[in-house]
Amino acid sequence: MITINNLSKKYDNSTVLNIEHLEIQKGQSIGLVGNNGAGKTTLFSLLLDLIQPTTGNINSHGVQVDQSEDWKPFTSAFIDESFLIGYLTPEEYLYFIGELRGQNKADIDALIASYSDFFNGEALGQKKYLRDLSKGNQKKVGIVAALIGNPEVVILDEPFANLDPSTQIRLKKIIKGLADDPNVTVLVSSHDLIHVTEVAQRVVLLEKGEVVKDIEKTAGTFEELETYFKDISESYAPVILEEE
Amino acid sequence: MIKYFMSLEWKSFIRSAAFKQNLAFKIFIGFFAGLYGIGFLLFGGGVYYIIEEFIQEGKITGANPLEVVNRFLIYWFVFDLVFRYFLQKMPVTNIKPLLHLPFSKGKIVNYAIGKTVISYFNVLPALFFVPFTVVLFIEGYDSLGIISWHLAALAITLSINFLNIFMNNMDKVFYPVAIIVAVLATLHYHNIFDVTIYTQPVFSFFYENWWSFLIPVLLCYGLGKYAYTYFKNELYLDAGLKSVTKEASTEDLSFLDRFGKISTYLKNDIKLIKRNKRARMTFIMGFIFIFYGLYFVMLDQEYMMIFAALFSTGGFLFSFGGLVPSWDSSYYKLMMSQNIPYREFLLSKWWLMVVVTAVSTVLSLWYVYFGWDWLFAILAGAVYNIGFNSSVVLWGGAFVKTPIDLTSTKKAFGDSKAFNVKTLLLIIPKMVLPVIIYYAFAFMINDAAGYIALASTGLLGLLFRNKIFTLIEQIYKNEKYDTIAAYAQKN
Repeated sequence: MITINNLSKKYDNSTVLNIEHLEIQKGQSIGLVGNNGAGKTTLFSLLLDLIQPTTGNINSHGVQVDQSEDWKPFTSAFIDESFLIGYLTPEEYLYFIGELRGQNKADIDALIASYSDFFNGEALGQKKYLRDLSKGNQKKVGIVAALIGNPEVVILDEPFANLDPSTQIRLKKIIKGLADDPNVTVLVSSHDLIHVTEVAQRVVLLEKGEVVKDIEKTAGTFEELETYFKDISESYAPVILEEE
Repeated sequence: MIKYFMSLEWKSFIRSAAFKQNLAFKIFIGFFAGLYGIGFLLFGGGVYYIIEEFIQEGKITGANPLEVVNRFLIYWFVFDLVFRYFLQKMPVTNIKPLLHLPFSKGKIVNYAIGKTVISYFNVLPALFFVPFTVVLFIEGYDSLGIISWHLAALAITLSINFLNIFMNNMDKVFYPVAIIVAVLATLHYHNIFDVTIYTQPVFSFFYENWWSFLIPVLLCYGLGKYAYTYFKNELYLDAGLKSVTKEASTEDLSFLDRFGKISTYLKNDIKLIKRNKRARMTFIMGFIFIFYGLYFVMLDQEYMMIFAALFSTGGFLFSFGGLVPSWDSSYYKLMMSQNIPYREFLLSKWWLMVVVTAVSTVLSLWYVYFGWDWLFAILAGAVYNIGFNSSVVLWGGAFVKTPIDLTSTKKAFGDSKAFNVKTLLLIIPKMVLPVIIYYAFAFMINDAAGYIALASTGLLGLLFRNKIFTLIEQIYKNEKYDTIAAYAQKN
């Protein structure tokens, strides 16, 4: 279980994130949506202790993440390219992460084989370093690396962006599989409302750093979200007209 | 149109991350650029009289100074070419965003080539040729001849500039030429074969026939035209603007697994050094430092022996170790969110430094040729480096927050981090303390006591290594968020 208490992050005087209380049950899959600057990546960075909270804290499975490092063994994430080691080949990178997570080469080979449809014959075995791969293929490697070693908390920031349509469909299948596992908590952010409502069991909507909506997914969730974002875009439209 | 280009250029200059970060460093570089400029000016003005004096003293044979200069001019131009080949790069990166905008390709190419023409690499030779020519005037050489000679020299300089544009990335042409020139220079030095006898008339020809400057000027024009067409044809994303990708090679480093847990990181570090220009450069530089001691041998300054020994054995230690967390800066977030205890991470770097220092020490043993004292100094310095400096260097690294762009060789020879106060202070235990320890004991007792004291300090450092590591670990933890934020800033 992940508990967020009184969490806020301020830069100078602007508050980029302010969450009073949020609880995520073990095994849940959470979809995080929000416009640019809503605080999605900030929240993920706080969850991974990459930035320091201004107030409050996050407790992950009984570990306060900014106090102890014991959350690391059961948490894995792919946020952006800075999670990739550019001078390794994809295979070497996966072996490296595997070694860090206590997996041997055979385990990783088995894992790679099981995701062969996800890679779709690309990215692997191309005699290229990660830095020379296309953005989409880099992302595939990063996502698979985040699944190594049976993590209990998986954090993926914008995993669908830059992926081709077939890979998006395969990724949805993978995330749904994780969501069905009662031991794995998944946190996924996306700008694509269709993807999010499809894979998540619960959707959290951030706006300017605050939780605006927190809903269990039902048949009407997609419409609800779409209406919300439509309203925002329309409420800004007159302002633009006035300026012209 | 040119106005836009100029304003782009100016913005890219003042808004670059490096500029904001370290004005002091820019001033420092500017100062040296100015110093070199003044040096060339003085050299250009004075070289005539220096050579004249040498001729009178019989140190150089030659009819007059101009003839002597003409003899050596071939080396000047070759050096110019080599210098440019390594340092002057085509300004390609700024071009991509212009491609799809409504500029004609010709304008973009002219802009890029024009930028190379006004570069420092062309100003510097001019700073030499102009005063030299003025002196020739004063000394009563034939005016028309001098003007012709001067224009020829400048035209050749400019030709080299254009030559470099399409010689970029032509290692196959460049290295054979470089080897031939090196061989010729060696033969010349040993008086076996003097190539300058054949090249000197060429340059004298420009002086003796006033119209002859037209030849290099036409050559320069032709090369400029060719550079223009060459560049224009390369102006596609999949041609000249493509970043070069090397085929990946994988290697089996599983023999390192015997080192236990740290082998995971050690394997990575070896790949880091093998596959990244910047790291490779630092590694090679570390070995070049082995010869640093020769400088003190030549100067016959034996009192600097300890200093020389520390540098010869610890070149890699200082150059690589001083930047330790920064080598991993491009994926630091990964390292910080993965299952990586700081101690193992640091320990793997420590082992790498220790092994390389040990190898450097073995490679430095030939200093014994200059006396047993040198051998003792090298050994004592090595023990101090391995035992004590290896930890101190990691300690200093914790304060370095300059991200390293692994793929570029820029800044490989001097980094702005030199201006970090904390890292400067840490030079004291690295370099000053050992010299003091040695002299304290060498003066009070004898040289041998000095060496023993130095080595003992190193061994003590080894003994307390874990204690020091706990301290460093704490600093890494305290600096964690700052470091992550600093590494996230791209240049």
